[in-house]
Amino acid sequence: MDAVQALADLTEISSQIEAAVLFDDQGTVVGSTLSGAQAAEAFARSAAELLENTAAFRSTDAHLTQLEASTQNGSVFVVRDGSHLIAATTGPSPTVGLVFYDLKSCLRGAAADEVQPAKPKPRPRRKKEPVDGEA
Amino acid sequence: MAKRKFLGLLGFGTGVFAGSVLYRRSTGRRRDRVDVYFDDGSMMSFVEGSPEAEKLLPVAQDVLSAARR
Repeated sequence: MDAVQALADLTEISSQIEAAVLFDDQGTVVGSTLSGAQAAEAFARSAAELLENTAAFRSTDAHLTQLEASTQNGSVFVVRDGSHLIAATTGPSPTVGLVFYDLKSCLRGAAADEVQPAKPKPRPRRKKEPVDGEA
Repeated sequence: MAKRKFLGLLGFGTGVFAGSVLYRRSTGRRRDRVDVYFDDGSMMSFVEGSPEAEKLLPVAQDVLSAARR
């Protein structure tokens, strides 16, 4: 499953998600539900900034895996899985657990495309060498 | 007679209290906040008014505006 398909599945499954963007830890956008590339980049950049600012407040060596910022205008979700990240927005008072679950499934689906090893090429068949005395 | 009056007053008082709690819950403004989860299972919540939330919530508003542009 590629990023576009994973995002299409996400928006089909979760009616609460208004917009979502898949990006990596370098800030490169892999896929987005937004129509313009610039809008997707701005979305990913702001989400990465939010993640970076939040990570600054951690008091232990633990790594940040997910966050939810809840405001009167809506909520922002960011989920990290290694170097892959997904950010999404919803309206006010979403079902938090469900949104996190859907985002993680989307992230896993998009990452699975990269992880799947290529099928090994079939080895060419060797011609049977004639045994001595044959023919 | 006095017992009945007392029970009536108690019921009325309980009803008023329950009604006020429900009213405050339905009309009360939810506070903005940022919930952060870490890979060791720990979680932190920064509620509106805290120094952390004052720094993070404007960025969250930026994300929302970027997504809705």
